Amino acid sequence: MGFKENILTKSIYVFHLSSGSCNNCDIEILDCLTPRFDIERFGIVLVGSIKHADVLLCTGSANRMTIPIIKDLYEQMPKPGFVVTFGACGASRGLFKDSYNTGLPLDEIIPVDAYIPGCPPKPEAIIGGLVKLIGKVRAKKKKG
Amino acid sequence: MSHKAHVPIGPYHPLQEEPEFYKLVVEGETVVDVDVRIGYNHRGIEKISESKNFDQSIFIVERICGICSSSHPVACVQAIEDICDITVPERALYIRSINQELERIHSHLLWLGLAGHFLGYNTVFMWAWKYRELICDIMETVTGNRQNYAMLKVGGVRRDIEREHVPYILSRLDELLPKLDMLKGAVLDDPVLAARLKGVGILTKEAAIDYAALGPVARASGVDIDVRRDHPYAAYDRVKWNVITQTEGDVFAKTVVRILEMYESASIIRQCLDNMPDGPIDSNPKEIPAGEGIGVSEAPRGECFHYIKSDGSNSPVRHKVRAPTYMNFPTFRETVMGQTVSDATIILAAIDPCYCCTERMLIVDTKDKSIMNVEELIRLSQEKTQRLKEKMGIK
Amino acid sequence: MNIDEALKKIGDHFGSRILKVNRKSSKRAYIDIYPKDVVDVVRYIFKDMGLRFNIASAVDDFDSLEILYHFTYDPTAIIISIRAMLKDKNDPHIDTITGVTRSAWWIEREMHELFGIEFDGNNDLRPLLLPDDWPSGVYPLRKNFVVPKRDSRKE
Repeated sequence: MGFKENILTKSIYVFHLSSGSCNNCDIEILDCLTPRFDIERFGIVLVGSIKHADVLLCTGSANRMTIPIIKDLYEQMPKPGFVVTFGACGASRGLFKDSYNTGLPLDEIIPVDAYIPGCPPKPEAIIGGLVKLIGKVRAKKKKG
Repeated sequence: MSHKAHVPIGPYHPLQEEPEFYKLVVEGETVVDVDVRIGYNHRGIEKISESKNFDQSIFIVERICGICSSSHPVACVQAIEDICDITVPERALYIRSINQELERIHSHLLWLGLAGHFLGYNTVFMWAWKYRELICDIMETVTGNRQNYAMLKVGGVRRDIEREHVPYILSRLDELLPKLDMLKGAVLDDPVLAARLKGVGILTKEAAIDYAALGPVARASGVDIDVRRDHPYAAYDRVKWNVITQTEGDVFAKTVVRILEMYESASIIRQCLDNMPDGPIDSNPKEIPAGEGIGVSEAPRGECFHYIKSDGSNSPVRHKVRAPTYMNFPTFRETVMGQTVSDATIILAAIDPCYCCTERMLIVDTKDKSIMNVEELIRLSQEKTQRLKEKMGIK
Repeated sequence: MNIDEALKKIGDHFGSRILKVNRKSSKRAYIDIYPKDVVDVVRYIFKDMGLRFNIASAVDDFDSLEILYHFTYDPTAIIISIRAMLKDKNDPHIDTITGVTRSAWWIEREMHELFGIEFDGNNDLRPLLLPDDWPSGVYPLRKNFVVPKRDSRKE
């Protein structure tokens, strides 16, 4: 367990999931790949399949149609895996909490390890958030 | 022997964000039918708006779509102002135009990057998004945020453009223009892209009118409509600029329209900064009487339409929002039928569906039950480009 | 064709089938018609007068439902909205306009699922936006639908 988590914090494979967002957050995540921020230099890579992912990065306010998909993707993610929500919508559904089509906040559907707040969070915030996650994982490793 | 394969275009891919679900029916390599199921993104904004007051509604409509986040508020406040003919100070009108045109450049660059990725031109993706950062810097300086600007209010704008920011904005635009020239050359003069995009996904003028297509999708098919010129709002009738149209209606024509519009936007911003008068930025309306109002604005994707009905209280009785992609999406069916599967992603991307719902594509081959995901569909598209390059003897 | 010319053309063509005309400004007008005349009016405005179909919006007026069909004439920037009142909220019906223009394809599906309006002649009224497991007969944009609020004190 400790070995895997050690590997995990060296190079994080991120799978990005949008559960019904306005796309601002998604654009900012993609922006991290571009030359100015370039998260790949930290070993952070966006992957195309949940089966390769260490981190499930969720944006959006968990639209009802996406709830089964979110649960399914979480089950498929190889453990240990971590969930990070991105943006105000990911944290609490934000402005959309009073909508008829957003049933539950993400952290009541799947367990969440880190929140990156903002609307949308800047690319610096995503890097900061992932660094905090690495810190949390390493601290857990030291404890147990 | 032909077989019908169902091609569901659905859920998640790292490069595309918006969840819609398209089912393409494929015979061999050719698309013969399309069905669409959206709703993965439906957040009930119209209902939420009825429980908020007019000032709050503007913040909600900003978040309808990430890259039309200055166009929807403009249409929304204009709808409210239309109810009782509220006049907006001159300076505010110029600021509204500047905000929208900056967003237009930002959105078209974003689109150009994505289209480049689908075609296998990852350098175009990286460079277009890198130079998009210049616009994000201007936006952050002027509005405080890279997206979701919160600039609009009923009767004016919320923040002024400071005098000391103007040279900064102009210097960033100066830096951007040669990059636009480079991207324009890279895209429009490339023979492989011409072979890839010309004649692909044609939307005829008659179909564009019948589907009531909007924005660059309509203008590329020869339909000469542009809300900024036809229903002049903000400061668009106070500056000189051109509406860009093409006639072929194919993906190449849509690309040309978007690229050339960026130059017009840069020119509009400069003229607005030069001619903007001093003065108040807010006319401070106190109440909205009962009535109905309609506001329209030209988003990067086409016309945004907002209808607001008020009963004299502080909240809208009804707030109807119509984003431009709502009218453009159905044209996908028209343009992809009869085309090959490897072109399906770029044809959908050419509509610029509020930041590419093209990830929502899966191909199921009913013959051998294999499922292709969107990555593979994009790979098909990139491979087609590679084959063309080899055929034309280009590395 | 400015708004007065447009309104005159419509008035002359339809005569007493027009219930009311509200010329709100030089750019906006609202015309009330009977629901049964909607296809003829839309066909005249879209095909004969050449206006562009903008969108349709339904409103719950508590004792009735109304549908507004918005049309734009771009050369002179006028927007004409056709209003049809559906008095029977329990069983609201109106003819489909998809035979006149394909651009109404999606909006009729949306109004059907969000307001419960039946569009006669449209055989593709599958849900567009709401999830498949949304209970039938529950129309979110009607005024009697109230989004349940959660009591955060209980959590």
